Amino acid sequence: MSGELSVARAVARRSLIHAFTNPALLIPSIIFPLVFLVGFAGGLSAVDDVPGFDFNGDYTAFQFVFVFLQSAAFGGVFTGFGIAADFESGFARRMLLAAPHRSGMLLGYAAAAIVRWCVTAVIITIAALLAGMDVNGQGVELVGLIGVALLVNLTATMFGAGVSLRTKTLQAGPLMQIPIFVGLFLAPVYVPLHLLTGWIHTVADYNPVTALLEAGRGFISGEPDKSLLAFACGAALVALMVLYAIRGLRRVERGL
Amino acid sequence: MDRETLREIGIIAGRSVRRTLRQPALIVPTILFPLMLLAINASGLDVTKNIPNFPADSYLDFALVVTFMQGGLFAATTAGTELATDIETGFLNRLQLTPLRAPAILVGQLAGSMAVAFLASLVYLATGLIAGAHVEAGVGGAIVLIGLAMLVALAFGGLGSIIGARTGSAEAVQGMFPLIFVFFFLSSMNLPRNLIEADWFRTIATWNPISYLVEGLRSLVITGWDGTALWRCLVTAGAISVIGFVGASASLRTRMART
Repeated sequence: MSGELSVARAVARRSLIHAFTNPALLIPSIIFPLVFLVGFAGGLSAVDDVPGFDFNGDYTAFQFVFVFLQSAAFGGVFTGFGIAADFESGFARRMLLAAPHRSGMLLGYAAAAIVRWCVTAVIITIAALLAGMDVNGQGVELVGLIGVALLVNLTATMFGAGVSLRTKTLQAGPLMQIPIFVGLFLAPVYVPLHLLTGWIHTVADYNPVTALLEAGRGFISGEPDKSLLAFACGAALVALMVLYAIRGLRRVERGL
Repeated sequence: MDRETLREIGIIAGRSVRRTLRQPALIVPTILFPLMLLAINASGLDVTKNIPNFPADSYLDFALVVTFMQGGLFAATTAGTELATDIETGFLNRLQLTPLRAPAILVGQLAGSMAVAFLASLVYLATGLIAGAHVEAGVGGAIVLIGLAMLVALAFGGLGSIIGARTGSAEAVQGMFPLIFVFFFLSSMNLPRNLIEADWFRTIATWNPISYLVEGLRSLVITGWDGTALWRCLVTAGAISVIGFVGASASLRTRMART
């Protein structure tokens, strides 16, 4: 285990130095969630006037949860880009040859993704609070919100890692981005689930992201809702994606 | 401009169109991504039609023109990327051996992105109509809508070309995407300005030229022939086109002088 941890530490450290010293990587991961927060919470603020919109809080808080989870997901995706870039530069191959415990690499990338997301999360939280966001949830509930976001982050990182380990190229970027983007937007982004109609309601009803989003909104509004279901969905997604990433790693190992 | 220059511009334009249309990876996302967002937003935000004074019967009608704007955004990245690639590969250096000057090269280079924008506009409109959207201004309005969408694409294409010519890097052009995206989100793209409750957002949207482009295009779909919205859109798109074209020509001239 200590061997895995030392590999994880090395990979995480390198990944973070690369991410935080390269503005082209750092800025988009911060700007995009901020743009979504401003665009949705500011531009669509009248949506909470729709009859039946029963969220306990303002529209900024309602949208903040979506952007919070979205930033967690994209923190993972951007880490996936980093893994692909490591393969393109040849670093990953050298690391695979040198590392005594290769699964430590996945652990390292996951740790780096969490740290990267934490920076973005702090910035968007400050922005939302400056905009006057209502936070009705208490300590434990807010920890719950962070927990849900961490599960999303881990799921996206392992998904990005799985894709990168199979394709080994940055050209696979859309393969990482688009499923995550679509998965997030097929949840009740703008209004609560019961206000959605037609096909989007059906899709959102079956989308596991809906449970995560609704639980997050429940936490911030101080009215926890479907928390157990959300953590179960999150844990299942993490387990599935860890398996996907590990199988990708084994495939790479066979090719060494 | 003599006949020979026009012929040479035609050759560059033909090359630009062929090169762009041969890249499905460029065309497919340009067309599919805005349609996907339209499908999601039109369903997800359909309840907003219940907000008092909402100007359309369905959010699909209201949001249809956003696809044209996003198509214009892709035109910017296409135009800039193509120009930057030609700089990276040395094609521009070889063009310097011909009598063609910067503005003429630019006109030819923009043809590819305009072709994609035209194709995309037709698909957006057809898909919108099939999905149940209704153009209040009728067939004439639909034709004007396509025309204005092309002007918007030209305006954004010019801006993309400035970045392409100045940096000579396709990667830098791609990096510009978030910047223009910010302007989109800070406009009246998602709700009419009079229904935006946040004062600061309404102020930004009022100063944001993108709002006038969206509102002009949108007026044809949800209002009919609205002279004020249309002239504002025309003036804004025209001004951005001129700025883009003059700026890109100057940047290209500087780069050509350097090589």
